[in-house]
Amino acid sequence: MKVERAKLTWFERLYIPSILNGFKVTLRHFFSWKRSKVYGDKQSSYSAKLTMQYPEEKWPVPDGYRGAPYLVKDEDANTKCVSCQLCEFVCPPKAIRITPPGQSGEADREGAEKMPKEFDINMLRCIYCGFCQEVCPEEAIYLLKDYAITGENREELIFNKEKLLSLGGEDKRAYAHHTQDGVTEGIKKWEKKTQEAKDQPAFH
Amino acid sequence: MAAKDISIETVTVKVDGRSVEVPRMMLNWEGNLEPTTVLQACKLAGIEIPHYCYHPKLPVVGNCRMCLVHVGSPGRPGPDGKSPVNEDGTTKIFPMQLPYEPQTPRGVIGCATTIVPDMEIYASSPETKEMRESVLESLLINHPLDCSICDQAGECKLQEYSYDHGQAESGFEEFKVHKPKAVDLGPRITLDAERCILCTRCIRFTKDIVGDDALGIVNRGGYNTISTFPGESFNNNYTLNTVDICPVGALTSDDFRFQMRVWFLKETKSICTDCGSGCNVMIGSRENKMYRYEPRQNDAVNGHWMCDSGRLNYKWIGREDRLSSITDVKGKTSWPIALKNISDHLSNADKGSVAIVASARQTNEELHLLSKLAKHFDAITDSIPRKGKADHLMMIEDRNTNTTGAQLIGVTSKRVGSKLSIIKKGIESGKVKTLIVFGEDVTKHGIDAKLLEKVTLIVSDILPNETTKIADFLLPGCAHAEKRGTFTNVKGRVQKFMKALEPPGDALSEWEFLHELAHNVTGLDGFKTIEGLFNHMAGEVKAFKDAELTWAKLGDHGLDVEL
Repeated sequence: MKVERAKLTWFERLYIPSILNGFKVTLRHFFSWKRSKVYGDKQSSYSAKLTMQYPEEKWPVPDGYRGAPYLVKDEDANTKCVSCQLCEFVCPPKAIRITPPGQSGEADREGAEKMPKEFDINMLRCIYCGFCQEVCPEEAIYLLKDYAITGENREELIFNKEKLLSLGGEDKRAYAHHTQDGVTEGIKKWEKKTQEAKDQPAFH
Repeated sequence: MAAKDISIETVTVKVDGRSVEVPRMMLNWEGNLEPTTVLQACKLAGIEIPHYCYHPKLPVVGNCRMCLVHVGSPGRPGPDGKSPVNEDGTTKIFPMQLPYEPQTPRGVIGCATTIVPDMEIYASSPETKEMRESVLESLLINHPLDCSICDQAGECKLQEYSYDHGQAESGFEEFKVHKPKAVDLGPRITLDAERCILCTRCIRFTKDIVGDDALGIVNRGGYNTISTFPGESFNNNYTLNTVDICPVGALTSDDFRFQMRVWFLKETKSICTDCGSGCNVMIGSRENKMYRYEPRQNDAVNGHWMCDSGRLNYKWIGREDRLSSITDVKGKTSWPIALKNISDHLSNADKGSVAIVASARQTNEELHLLSKLAKHFDAITDSIPRKGKADHLMMIEDRNTNTTGAQLIGVTSKRVGSKLSIIKKGIESGKVKTLIVFGEDVTKHGIDAKLLEKVTLIVSDILPNETTKIADFLLPGCAHAEKRGTFTNVKGRVQKFMKALEPPGDALSEWEFLHELAHNVTGLDGFKTIEGLFNHMAGEVKAFKDAELTWAKLGDHGLDVEL
């Protein structure tokens, strides 16, 4: 079967309009001064640029995003983790490794009894499933928004307790919902308990 | 045990609508016959009544109220001596109810209520469930709910029953009573009084089983606390059993405190090696590290208990300086080379020129293989006695685990160590040219380093000592937790133990390399497994043969042989 090639009109034979038509989207963006909604506020200073300058710039991570798990501190910068090892137990890829404190408990404040001696997360193993956050009875581990965990060797990517605590920092989520009469006053679990015990009348 | 032969009449009771025949009398904690209780009857029917204070080997006190059940009994007999009957002629059952409030069911405590014929036990009825919920709510009133910190979490009855029988919410709004935390009760026990549910199991154990009336409850009402007498310390050789029987995390072992969560521990059935009693234990280990011993129930040996000194005698297994490489005179070598050299050396040895000092802490199988070697050379064999202080319960004088086995197999005589002087003289006179030493430091028992220079010294041990330092061949062996085998306890009970850990470095189970040596030297063959070796030994050693032992028959609790 022979296909007859359609004859081009003179307008089509000009070619220029077709090229311009092909570049329509590109040119619209090229001359556009409108801010792109995709990159949000980050784009404010580079409003005309369409390529994000990753990794200098990072995209705003949406709520509920599951990034790297870090240990968070409470409002008084105390370690919240009590080394119950439930996260270690539940972790599907066995990325978490906790060394319990032993008889001393290693607690660093009044009222607290126990905290981990070592707390390692192997970020190469972590699959960001969020089970650790879900299982934690002390709300001490949260999946924050870090997503690009890079390093130069494997050892560097096993984060220890100090690193996890400093990266996690004081995350508001960790205590924002502990409210009393509508005022967020933090957990102060240990303080409260110690105070309660002190206030108790001593009957014998 | 005592009442096994007495035939006991049975009575029929109904548990959850199902008729079961149960004996009228059962053994109590002391082994005496007592009327069967509701809790025991339900257990026989296959239904577990939750309980805290009840323990089969402790006196019944009935103070936790957890085993409350709703029951119904036949009515009081009338003037004709017959119980009231239904219209169809069957015995009428009256469910228990409050006297002046017939709508309200009344519970009885299962642990202390004896059964009567035709009794109906409503173990899973809504009434019973409601009673359990309420009891649990009361028990949890002052409980701190600090499971994430508590060492008992994972094996805590309060946790288990709360999940199974409890309710999700508590109606209690007031502040919880705060009690002393981390109290040092004794050198091995820490008490968290807040977690205590006052079941008094620990008090009864130490008073009635150990005979050391050391614990009691002080203060009143909600402030009730377990305590020792002022200035006294809870310090007998059985204190750590209270940690096992404590249904909650109130009593914790200092040794195990905050060491590892229990759900990570792999449990391996084993035998305690601290003395000749052979208490059955469970090894808790994780990733090749041992964390604890727990007693394993065996009524023929240790019941539910074990002593503290035995329980804490495990740290040597994980010691850093464990022997882990095979060495000969030239230095480090490997199993094939070392075993070939030793076999060649032994094959050329004359009869009577070999002496063997075995250890009465070795397994029956190893001793049997050593006795095979000894027979081949007409070698003098003996072991070394080890004596300690006995106590009134389980700890005995003989600190060797397997003295009885060594005697039955013929490695040593009734008087352990009596032939050591003959071996010494043999070395002095030059008659003994090769000395095989297993697990003992002979330099401490009269055969000093200077004498040992005169002989070819083949040593197998676990930890370094003076003898291993000067050995011509040093073969690293395994701790009992790293191999399988059997021990014969002081009363002649042959019990097996399982492997929990991997041995360090090149260390190998003694029976494996001894078997190869025995094969090379004497031609003994065919036992690639410990089962085969045991069955072979059971066919040759008279006492084992008479008892018709096989590895499979031993089971978890072992078998007795005639001494």
